Amino acid sequence: MSESAVTASQMGLCTCHGCGSLTQLLAGIHDMRCRRCGAALHLRKPNSISRTWAFLIASYILYIPANVLPIMHTGSLFGSQSDTIISGVVYLWNSGSWHLALIVFIASILVPLAKILSLTFLVLSVQLGWTEHAMERTKLYRVLEFVGPWSMLDVYVVTILVALVQLKSLATIQPGPAALAFGAVVVLTMFAAMAFDPRLLWEPKERHYV
Amino acid sequence: MFERPRGTELADLPTAVAVRKRRLAPQLVWLIPIVAALVGGWIVVKGILDKGPTITISFKTAEGLEAGKTKVKFRSLDVGVLKSLEFGTRHEILATVELVKKAEPYLVDDTKFWVVRPRIAGGQISGLGTLFSGAYIGVDLGKSANKRRDFLGLEVAPIVSADVPGRQFVLRADTLGSIETGSPVYFRQEEVGTVVSHEINKDGQGVTFKIFVNAPYDQYVNADTRFWNASGIDVTLDANGVKVDTQSIFSILIGGIAFETLVDSAQHPPVEDNHEFLLASNRAEAMKRVDTIAWPVQFEFTQSIRGLSIGAPVDFRGIVVGEVKSVNIALNPAQDEFRFPVTAVLYPGRVQAVLKAGSGEYRMDEEGRRIRWNKMVAKGFRGQLRTSNLLTGQAYVALDMFPDAPEALMDWTATPPLIPTVPGGFEEIQVTLTNIAKKIEKMPIGEISADVRRALQSLHRTLVTAEEAVKRLDRDVSPSAKATLEEARRTLTAAERTLAADAPLQQDLRMTLRELTRTSQSLRQLTELLERQPESLIRGKKETRQ
Repeated sequence: MSESAVTASQMGLCTCHGCGSLTQLLAGIHDMRCRRCGAALHLRKPNSISRTWAFLIASYILYIPANVLPIMHTGSLFGSQSDTIISGVVYLWNSGSWHLALIVFIASILVPLAKILSLTFLVLSVQLGWTEHAMERTKLYRVLEFVGPWSMLDVYVVTILVALVQLKSLATIQPGPAALAFGAVVVLTMFAAMAFDPRLLWEPKERHYV
Repeated sequence: MFERPRGTELADLPTAVAVRKRRLAPQLVWLIPIVAALVGGWIVVKGILDKGPTITISFKTAEGLEAGKTKVKFRSLDVGVLKSLEFGTRHEILATVELVKKAEPYLVDDTKFWVVRPRIAGGQISGLGTLFSGAYIGVDLGKSANKRRDFLGLEVAPIVSADVPGRQFVLRADTLGSIETGSPVYFRQEEVGTVVSHEINKDGQGVTFKIFVNAPYDQYVNADTRFWNASGIDVTLDANGVKVDTQSIFSILIGGIAFETLVDSAQHPPVEDNHEFLLASNRAEAMKRVDTIAWPVQFEFTQSIRGLSIGAPVDFRGIVVGEVKSVNIALNPAQDEFRFPVTAVLYPGRVQAVLKAGSGEYRMDEEGRRIRWNKMVAKGFRGQLRTSNLLTGQAYVALDMFPDAPEALMDWTATPPLIPTVPGGFEEIQVTLTNIAKKIEKMPIGEISADVRRALQSLHRTLVTAEEAVKRLDRDVSPSAKATLEEARRTLTAAERTLAADAPLQQDLRMTLRELTRTSQSLRQLTELLERQPESLIRGKKETRQ
């Protein structure tokens, strides 16, 4: 792709998010409304960088309890057990189901971590005003968006098990505090990805619109 | 591709409407990381605050234990988890366990840990659940005040947990019987306690039991309580017929201990924890005696102790006051002689002290005993080996008074103290016989027999001579003797005839004597007359006046 593509902002135009009408922007004025529907007009997602940062920091914080605390309590006739994500992976690996262990590891540990780290990288690259490899960074962003929901795998597993296995004294499964934290991490990274405006990847720092 | 709407040039597009600047100062989105930080921080702080103590427990084996999985349970409540296993310097297994915070105050000296595994003992099956769930570590929370973090894991679960009210007692017995850990303790056939443990004494002499009697039954245990082994069936045959005595079917199978308190001692205050009792082998024996004091003594015999077996009674005039514990042989190299030290225990408790008022205290202490025994030995109190059964040769040690015994003293320096002995009755006879035999042996039988022979020879000669003399007598003397005897007989016959009542000589003699009597009468009259009237000799007889 050529970086010399003409963008709406260069033309001084903007589409309204509310009604879709193409509007001429007024020079020198920051806050504008659509003449037709009155919605606020944005050239780029508003406060994209700081919002992304906020979500990212929140997910960083919650990522720790998500991995340290038990995600699931299994109670059966013969005792109860609490598993963290890591101990579940280790258990699966030790019991010979290495493929399952791999899936859980990728979905529950690798993907969320990769997502947070790469999003951080993208935000930083925008803030530092990098313009090189815009294409690659955009592709990375697309992968991020696509893969995001899949990291909910663990949460799915837990919710399904909790719903299914409620045999009172015989066997019960309860979600642990990590399930909540983990779910929050996944949701927050999704928000972070949504808050991030990939168009910023293509623009030099001085031309950022808010 | 797309059809642009007519008349829409770039310039025709509507312009945006400018609005008043409203700078919403800090963006609300930053609340999210703040909340996340608060929540995360709270979780971390809570985690740190809730983190329980970590302790180490040493076990003999890690069988069934799994790091990260094995739970620590207090009455089936999870109170911790096994973190890691490693082996220690003494090849024991060191288990690092993390407990819940609430367990912290209970990590004290008498807190006990053990591994719960499936177990069948004492008629009870326990830990079946662990067949499927795997072993777990049981914990019994203690009450002590001394904190500690490293524990020695028990091999089996404590029978009685620390918070069960009741008391523990110690029983001593010679053998285990069929009592097991977990066997019941009966009081009037009611199950009131449990055997907590049993072990061989350190010196190998006997077995020590620990039993736990639940409250409120522990109040019936006092110094006069008798314990006995209630295992199996006790069949006695006596004058009243056959009597079968047992506690319960259960105790027949798995053994048990029963106790009973003497009626007259029911008022005694209960004894303290871990009081020691003797465990009798049956009820009769238990109720018979209390040999709480066993005093080891020693006798020393020089004669054969054949028939004296271990367990033989020490008897005082028919009453068993002790028993033989060991029989040894000792060589006294200085004198080159063998002695037989016999150790025994005396049960002074069997001797009842009957005290007269004012005679002082019966002192049960060592000093009192010394004084008493010294006095008795001085009066002739001795040990003696006697045979109780001539057929089997069973022997026993008798204690008795021997006023004539040679003087001896108690040897208190020996361990145990040495009671002087006198030779036994049988032995006495034996000694006498031996002495006689020895004397006989010492006699110069050869010389004597030579003398005797000589004597016999001379006697023989004498006899021969005598015989010759007799023969000569017979030949030479007897005819004349015969004639002499004839002569003598004739003489005697004549004499007889002469002396017979009707013999003429006799009659003549009688008449002569009568004549003589008359003559003497006349003579007397004459004499009298002459005395009175001497003149009559001249004048003649004068008439007497009346």
